[in-house]
Amino acid sequence: MQLKIEHLRKQFTTKAGEIISSLSDINLVIEDKEFVCLLGPSGCGKTTLLRIIAGLDLATSGQVMLDDLDIIRPNPRMAMIFQEYSLYPWRNVRDNIAFGLEVKGMARAERYAVAERFLDLVGLREFEKSFPYELSGGMRQRVAVARALSVDPAVLLMDEPFGALDAQTRNMLQNELLDIWEKTKKMILFVTHSVDEAVFLADRIVVLTSRPGRICEIIPIDQPRPRDRTSVEFAKVRRHVLDLISPK
Amino acid sequence: MKRYLKFVIPILLILVWQVLAVLVNNEFILPSVDSVVAVLIHPTVNILGSGSLLENGMTSLVRVVLGFAIGVLVAVPLGILMGHLEIANDLFDSIIQILRPIPPIAWIPLALAWFKIGLASILFIIFIGAFFPVLLNTIDGVRRVSRTWIETAYIFGTSELQLIYKVIIPAAAPTIWTGLRVGFGIAWMSVVAAEMLPGTSSGLGYLIMYSYNYGQVQVIIAGMIVIGFIGLSIDFILREIEKRKFQWQGLER
Repeated sequence: MQLKIEHLRKQFTTKAGEIISSLSDINLVIEDKEFVCLLGPSGCGKTTLLRIIAGLDLATSGQVMLDDLDIIRPNPRMAMIFQEYSLYPWRNVRDNIAFGLEVKGMARAERYAVAERFLDLVGLREFEKSFPYELSGGMRQRVAVARALSVDPAVLLMDEPFGALDAQTRNMLQNELLDIWEKTKKMILFVTHSVDEAVFLADRIVVLTSRPGRICEIIPIDQPRPRDRTSVEFAKVRRHVLDLISPK
Repeated sequence: MKRYLKFVIPILLILVWQVLAVLVNNEFILPSVDSVVAVLIHPTVNILGSGSLLENGMTSLVRVVLGFAIGVLVAVPLGILMGHLEIANDLFDSIIQILRPIPPIAWIPLALAWFKIGLASILFIIFIGAFFPVLLNTIDGVRRVSRTWIETAYIFGTSELQLIYKVIIPAAAPTIWTGLRVGFGIAWMSVVAAEMLPGTSSGLGYLIMYSYNYGQVQVIIAGMIVIGFIGLSIDFILREIEKRKFQWQGLER
């Protein structure tokens, strides 16, 4: 499995008729099982890029290829996790996780069995009958992760999934995500504006510049995991990335 | 203390009514409280050959449920279509905007011309009463379904049909339900109005109009109380269901 983005460009037309270039000539190849963070200041188009990769938005030109397949609509081999509010409030946790399997037509007993496996994976087994509004923000994102994993995609697209959480919960979920990634070896494409988060998680950080968003640098991080956020090497990478994204 | 506050005005009103009734001393203008209560506590007594309160109440109730059901069966699917598909909205919106401000009662002459006196014209009036609030709330509910919920569904590869019945309908259900409550209220008003037409021979609207012709003001007031009570009860039931079924509403996160 390989995800390839070629000469991707995205333009918007504003109500006033002005053409705004949001992404400009993005070229990127992501290999199987790789953990890549897309990092950039707000408004750099990183979410737009992820949405185009997910098949939710169309590029103005260029293409996204998943192996030999041109992505122009959502593909079952890729699942997306949104920042928040993506769970269905009228479904309990188990039925939320089983949603993807349900629309595929899997029988109830079978999909509940799968859902329970992923409930265990994210440590929420005892909350299977709870409703999203009864859960904390961190728990809800765990459910969203379990729901995405339940359909066994090869690629996980994550749009600032921990962005709305407090720092402590965020660190916890980052560790859990790395555990899950080690176990399942999915390709993960993770959008964030937190340098710390990107350096902690990624195999490679793709740094985007602000409007029009283009790739400014791709930084490989080969520090072993779990990474120590207070170490000198960590700080070094962090400083380098910060220099890239801070306005000159 | 505060809990009893809501009873103060009704009790005061009944007292004032009784005092006035004694002062007026004319059953044909303002009957006393006890003569109205006498009618109310004998709901099965045939009133001047026009049937009992209970029979007429049931007749009105059956009519409103029938007409309302037809209204809902047309308005909800159309509303989902219009809320979800821009083409459907563009197609139907203008005619709906034109017809919507016409009150159900204004349709009565046309209903009589088309369906003659009888059940069909009454059902038509109820249909008109229920249709617009249900339709408009359904459209609104469907439009306000969160984009993230819809996109999540697309990510999991739902078909358009699955999207509608697994995401859009449950997500819009609380708003649609509000439409049903409002629609039922208007349908109930419409049925009583339609029953007051010449030619009808049953129903609460008929009963109070008939009693007017015989100067039975205590029956008119008793009938009005029953009309109010039935309307209130049904709204109460619909609201209780709303509380139980849609408790996630306002807490979605």
